[in-house]
Amino acid sequence: MLWYLGRRLLQVIPVFLGATLLLYALVFLRPGDPVAGLGGERGLPEAVQAQIREQYNLNEPFIVQYLLFLKGVFTLDFGIDFRGQEIIDVIGAALPVTFQLAIMALVIEAVFGVLFGLIAGMRKGGWFDGTVLVISLLVISVPTFVIGFVLQFVMGVKLGWFPVTVGRDPNFYSLLLPAIVLAATSFAYVLRLTRTSVAENLSADYVRTARAKGLRRSQVTGRHVLRNSLIPVVTFLGADLGNLMGGAIVTEGIFNINGVGGTLYQAIIRGENVTVVSLTTVLVIVYILANLLVDLLYAALDPRIRYA
Amino acid sequence: MTPRRRLAGIGAFTLASALLLSACGGGSGNDPEASESGPSSGIITVMNGEPQNPLIPTMTNETNGSLAITNVFAGLVYYDADGQPQNDMAESIESDDNETWTITIKDGWEFTDGTPVTAQSYVDAWNYGAYGPNAQNLSYFFEPVEGFADVNFAEDQLDKDGNPKEGEKPASETMSGLKVVSDTEFTVKLSQPESDFPIRLGYSAFMPLPEAFFDNPDAFADKPIGNGPYLVENWVHNEVIELRPNADYQGERKAQNGGADLIAYTEEDTAYNDLLGGQLDIVKNVPSSAFSTFEDELGDRAINQASAVIQVVNVPEYVKEFQGDAGVLRREAISMAIDRDQITETIYNGTRTSAKDFTSPVIDGWSDKVPGNEVLTYDPEKAKSLWDEAEGMDPVGGDFTLQIASNADSDHQTWVDAVCNNVRSALGIGCEFDPYATFDEFLDARDNEQIKGLFRGGWQADYPALSNFLGPIYGTGAGSNDMGYSNKEFDAKLKEGNGATDPDAAIQAYQEAQTILFGDMPGIPLWYQNATGGFSEDVENVVFGWDSDPILYQVTKQG
Amino acid sequence: MPENRYETVPGGRRPRPGQEHFAAEVDEGGLGAVDAVKSDAAPTSLWRDAWLQMRRRPMFWVAATIILLVITVAAFPSWFTSVHPRFDCELAKSLAGPEPGHPFGFDKQGCDIYARTIYGARASVLVGVMSTAMVVIIGTIMGAVAGYYSGWFDVVLSRITDIFFAIPLVLAAIVIMSITTNRTSFTVALVLASFGWTSIARITRGTVLSVKNNEFVTAARSLGMGRGRILVRHVMPNSSAPIIVYATVALGTFIVAEATLSFLGIGLPPSTVSWGGDIAQAQRAIRQAPEILFYPAAGLALTVLGFIMMGDVVRDALDPKARTR
Repeated sequence: MLWYLGRRLLQVIPVFLGATLLLYALVFLRPGDPVAGLGGERGLPEAVQAQIREQYNLNEPFIVQYLLFLKGVFTLDFGIDFRGQEIIDVIGAALPVTFQLAIMALVIEAVFGVLFGLIAGMRKGGWFDGTVLVISLLVISVPTFVIGFVLQFVMGVKLGWFPVTVGRDPNFYSLLLPAIVLAATSFAYVLRLTRTSVAENLSADYVRTARAKGLRRSQVTGRHVLRNSLIPVVTFLGADLGNLMGGAIVTEGIFNINGVGGTLYQAIIRGENVTVVSLTTVLVIVYILANLLVDLLYAALDPRIRYA
Repeated sequence: MTPRRRLAGIGAFTLASALLLSACGGGSGNDPEASESGPSSGIITVMNGEPQNPLIPTMTNETNGSLAITNVFAGLVYYDADGQPQNDMAESIESDDNETWTITIKDGWEFTDGTPVTAQSYVDAWNYGAYGPNAQNLSYFFEPVEGFADVNFAEDQLDKDGNPKEGEKPASETMSGLKVVSDTEFTVKLSQPESDFPIRLGYSAFMPLPEAFFDNPDAFADKPIGNGPYLVENWVHNEVIELRPNADYQGERKAQNGGADLIAYTEEDTAYNDLLGGQLDIVKNVPSSAFSTFEDELGDRAINQASAVIQVVNVPEYVKEFQGDAGVLRREAISMAIDRDQITETIYNGTRTSAKDFTSPVIDGWSDKVPGNEVLTYDPEKAKSLWDEAEGMDPVGGDFTLQIASNADSDHQTWVDAVCNNVRSALGIGCEFDPYATFDEFLDARDNEQIKGLFRGGWQADYPALSNFLGPIYGTGAGSNDMGYSNKEFDAKLKEGNGATDPDAAIQAYQEAQTILFGDMPGIPLWYQNATGGFSEDVENVVFGWDSDPILYQVTKQG
Repeated sequence: MPENRYETVPGGRRPRPGQEHFAAEVDEGGLGAVDAVKSDAAPTSLWRDAWLQMRRRPMFWVAATIILLVITVAAFPSWFTSVHPRFDCELAKSLAGPEPGHPFGFDKQGCDIYARTIYGARASVLVGVMSTAMVVIIGTIMGAVAGYYSGWFDVVLSRITDIFFAIPLVLAAIVIMSITTNRTSFTVALVLASFGWTSIARITRGTVLSVKNNEFVTAARSLGMGRGRILVRHVMPNSSAPIIVYATVALGTFIVAEATLSFLGIGLPPSTVSWGGDIAQAQRAIRQAPEILFYPAAGLALTVLGFIMMGDVVRDALDPKARTR
């Protein structure tokens, strides 16, 4: 077990190198000239552009830029972005609130998705199943930017139940509405994955066995059906954590949260290569760790899965 | 969030005008109502975005940074709500020939670190801004000053990529045109007459800097030391810039409130919802989703006034279909096919005003009767006959598709679609939006002549002068002349205007220059962008300036 | 030997630790049914069984009708309206309500919303179906091989998945869209798939890891079946449920994601009408006329509903356990 853990952690290194190299290639291939874009419609004097390119090593060949980036990572000195801010500070400022938001969203989608999915799966074809089908259709077909806007406008502006935006004051209460919005689409996935797995497992032999040996329905559900149904759900949630952190562009914009998604998006649009790669690297590490945790959970959920 | 002119272009709004200000009934600096209410102690919250550059005046070329800079620094002049330059630190700015200027400043002013503001503070700051190796974004503002070339790299000091060679330095560190006469007086010699030079001096590029800046520019950039009505108390990146009144400020723009928090937003809709929800005092741009509703929702707390921003579609000279006499006819045909009044009314709900010239109605000397501007009138029949005439000379065929290019990271498709619907139905040709993912990709395509049709142009004036809308865009070889347009007569008229000592003669020359533009149509003016904004019930005396930004110092809030 | 009998071979009831003490005897009826299976019956294929099973269910026919309708609309929009979605627009009609011949009213540009909803189907369905297909193919192959063969396969494939996870959609879209000169639904689908396959690969791997330890796999192996054949014939059909469910939900989210890309100018060309694009446009008028959002979203919801229902029926049909009930 310990050996497995160590081996998995060692594997972070090639993933890190591969991911950063791939990303660097992508930002290198990105069309346009970010430095020219800094001046807006009027543009910057040629000499100023040349200075900036020099300062950010943008004249160097691709592989040199990449190696310089790696050097930065190992010395924990990512350098500064085009706005003159230390990239490490930018990441440091964005990460905690994003992490909190993502965890809240994850808990919301996990709790409600599994609960609703369980009930729907046990009463397949019933009225509850129909209702949650409509709910999932709704959150799938209505994009986040609409759901977010409507919830903010109704719950925040009109009813005043929640703060309209998060801004400078990220706390549990102010992040609740954004977390619900962020969780919406994933909730549909969790719900439907749970529902199907539960329905499938209900007809499995061991359930019949358990029922036959006299266990009550609720015991069977809790101890056997749910546990065995959770593997795809847990996998999805593990993979989703990274998406929730890096992909919350729209939600962060709507609720004015200074987080990773928005920072990453702005950096891509502005062509700030180092910021893009550094931020994504952090996300990859979160993703790897979450997946590792999921792999360990497999063994707990299904004793037949073992790791050597 | 975006460089200044890009923001303007994007449809990002702002600003106030001389024309509509009186109608709005807001109070300007000398409004009796404003002085009656007296100073208040509340801290106002204002929508802004994270500045794109360090808060160094000569680096600040976009609106989020300039809102901070104008309030933290006091230059020689400031612009009042009507866009008129008023003396801030200047005692006088004088010249006999528009070429050599003598500037005297008021005595006894201090930076917030206690050091005095002298003529040297200005000269040092300007030299710093112009010096090539400092790579300041606004260095080109010092180009007219004599000796500008000496503080920048010469051609033979650059390698083939345009980068300075190892160890090379410009010939001089200071411009020969700047001379300190005394602590309160300095002279500026320009390399040619520029009649609007004094008007420019309110722009961020011309602010003074304290000695502390030159000692450690990096530390300064995070917490600038200024001499303006406010000082930067705290700057939490991507969240807020906290401005507090500067008790030592001695000018006219004395803060009437307890401070201003410039809150960083990335979405206009979000800021607007915060205003509606009572969490924000001033919104400086109304989102397009609220164009039709904000005046009803806010009542007399809504701002919708003309501004110094114009939207244009430019015609690159290298596009075959638009060259020669047939090309000019086509440009006119497209212009007359666009129903500007209906688009500004329907798409923009009156937050844009149909263009009548190439400048802006908030600028002194603007006129809606510039000869030649009848090509801006909607007339589909005339447009069709012009197009047919061009087809008779040099046909492009019936399946020709006009492309209108723009960056798409902001909403441009809506107006392009509307314009294209006009063009399609009036001229019987195809018309499509040609989107680019990012602004710099769009710029790149323009620079490399890859754009196959027309492209969007947007211009927000740096300083309130007609010349600022003409020279930098349509002058031969000018920085933003991506069309490659060149007309010697036009250049001559501009020069005539710049050299004129009589303001009316200058205006006359600029208008004649515009008539030449109407003959060539290097760009097709669409509409003037209004400044849109709004404020909460907690604040009073909110007025938006000519630059589309709220004038913060006079806002009052009980706290 | 019919596949579904693996479920009921006696070896499948080998007690697990802690389960030795039965409180009651195993359900006799079930065993009776097993015994009743004709051992001399002709072998039937899994898919043929599934088809026989599906066509008995009304839900299958409802889903098929919806999907067929959507596909017909997508393929032949001109059968449903004579109004052009882009060229018959009049700004004077901006946001006007329904009138004869224009049942849904007009959008901001004064275009007929009904015509736009009809014509929007093609691009949206193409993007949704193609990106889902790509994601399912890449994801299941990567995930199944990683999960089933374990060891080095798992290490290498899983880490490749991790690397691909790192690509932010917006960045991939900007780069791929600028390289391709001719943007089509296929390029958009390619962009969406290039970043979207990692989740499904993880889910497949997790399910396969769990399924491959099932008794029927052991049974198949002991009968001398090859590993590859076991994976394809036994493990995959029994792992299909989460894949199908994920794919049907993903179909909808891909169509919506196209909206986001088009919104940013990195999706379909502006001359292509799509539900996603119309949803994005409607959002810009949401304070003024929220109702225009309804139609493209409803088209999208109907399509997703069709595929979700179909996914359910297919899953049930592929699951022999559900069939015995």
